[in-house]
Amino acid sequence: MAAHSAVLSASKIMNPFWVGRLGNTAKVFGTTLIRHRNKTSLTGENIPPPAKYGGRHTVTLIPGDGIGPELLNHVREVFRFTCVPVDFEMVNVNSALETDDDMNNAITAIRRNGVALKGNIETKHTLPASVKSRNNVLRTSLDLYANVMHCQSLPGVQTRHKNIDIMIIRENTEGEYSSLEHESVSGVVESLKIITRNNSIRIADYAFKLARERGRRRVTAVHKANIMKLGDGLFLQCCREVASGYPDITLDSMIVDNTTMQLVSKPQQFDVMVMPNLYGNVVSNVCAGLVGGPGLVPGANYGRDYAVFETATRNTGKSIAEKNIANPTAMLLASCLMLDHLNLNDYASLIRNAVLTTMNETRLHTADLGGQGTTSEVVQSVMRVIQSKGQFTAEL
Amino acid sequence: MMALILFRTFLTCPDACVFQMVQDPTQFDVLVMPNLYGDILSDLCAGLIGGLGVTPSGNIGANGVAIFESVHGTAPDIAGMDLANPTALLLSAVMMLRHMGLHDHADKIQTACFDTIRDKKVLTKDLGGSAKCSEFTAEICRRVQDLG
Repeated sequence: MAAHSAVLSASKIMNPFWVGRLGNTAKVFGTTLIRHRNKTSLTGENIPPPAKYGGRHTVTLIPGDGIGPELLNHVREVFRFTCVPVDFEMVNVNSALETDDDMNNAITAIRRNGVALKGNIETKHTLPASVKSRNNVLRTSLDLYANVMHCQSLPGVQTRHKNIDIMIIRENTEGEYSSLEHESVSGVVESLKIITRNNSIRIADYAFKLARERGRRRVTAVHKANIMKLGDGLFLQCCREVASGYPDITLDSMIVDNTTMQLVSKPQQFDVMVMPNLYGNVVSNVCAGLVGGPGLVPGANYGRDYAVFETATRNTGKSIAEKNIANPTAMLLASCLMLDHLNLNDYASLIRNAVLTTMNETRLHTADLGGQGTTSEVVQSVMRVIQSKGQFTAEL
Repeated sequence: MMALILFRTFLTCPDACVFQMVQDPTQFDVLVMPNLYGDILSDLCAGLIGGLGVTPSGNIGANGVAIFESVHGTAPDIAGMDLANPTALLLSAVMMLRHMGLHDHADKIQTACFDTIRDKKVLTKDLGGSAKCSEFTAEICRRVQDLG
């Protein structure tokens, strides 16, 4: 009865679009969930996903291709060792198959659990244009509109530039990744880049809210509005509109080519950056390269109701798969972001500190950082550090 | 005389390319790409070698028509004061000479320019020196003369 009345009150407050869709789920999961879902999903107010039984969370795990499966196995190993109250529901998405069943299963599982940890699913260039990238399908189906990447210089990693601390917020669902291409005349292909006012306002709002929460002073909008006057012009205009509601934060803008040049010469000038999809792809990879490479930086994809965590640069790493040389740092830190999202902050800090200690103090580095360590050695070192903190753990 | 050129298609997405470029640009030799990626990557690489003040460029069209230009700004604040760094435009002119087949002249001027910069004795302000534009140019001319 209580659940029923809560659903009714939720229906009145919430966007009518969502009411029908949440009805049954709400009755199953009780009133607490509904009160949580009543809150607007502000970035900092972590809304724990609903799949919590007996104090344990269930998270969807998508191994992906290349180094994904082995790195996620290591994550499971570390979680098991640290007795983290998270159970993984593994869903395999095979990039070789032509049917969409496995993708639909994965999406359903994430809808059920609310949170996922994934490796990158390979997108072959040779497939026909009608076959969309599976990673892209996942992002758009779940409306994971914000891709967030935090690039920080690590003291234990040798890089040309130091003291980098940049947050990159990338629009994740439209732009150049709309997968709308056609060839009306043979040999002439037209691709549509979609920029909408709604999504631009949404992502700009996310960026400013995040900046305010983290005490950041400046947001830089990256664009190419001198050439794409309507598309990027709209994006920039939306950023300016949102900025007017945040007088404590400065908005400036920079053209994407100048941005990459500034990033490689003076990266310390950047604070928070917000941009459409393709520029986000390029800028986040530049920043990952600046702080030490793709093996170090975790990434998060946030939507209104779901969150998916992965490595920031989304590489399958086919050439180094199953050789025990991949850097597990990015995936382990991504799993820590996931634990923070689940409000398991103590476990998140424990594992994160252990990873950073291994990186900065023990300086056990894998080959991508110029070291000699194997993936398993790094993971073992992380677990030893966790054990040394006196936490209750399983056998090493 | 045909030289054997090693052509290895190294198909890479702009994202994979850029972090490799930032970490180890020496692995790349010649890159070919569509317009937008070229815009982004060319500025990125310019940043890696010291900025637009030293980066030459050329626009090649059909029938050998070409325009060579520096891609830095017009710098109105230092215009007419004999302070600007001529390197970008000079190296663009070197590219033009090569396009015209005047390789010997091109090599001489390029060597003289690089040696002047390497020596660090006569540098314009943006490169950390205190020489005027005309002094920098005179030094390059002197070296060209020495090269015979």
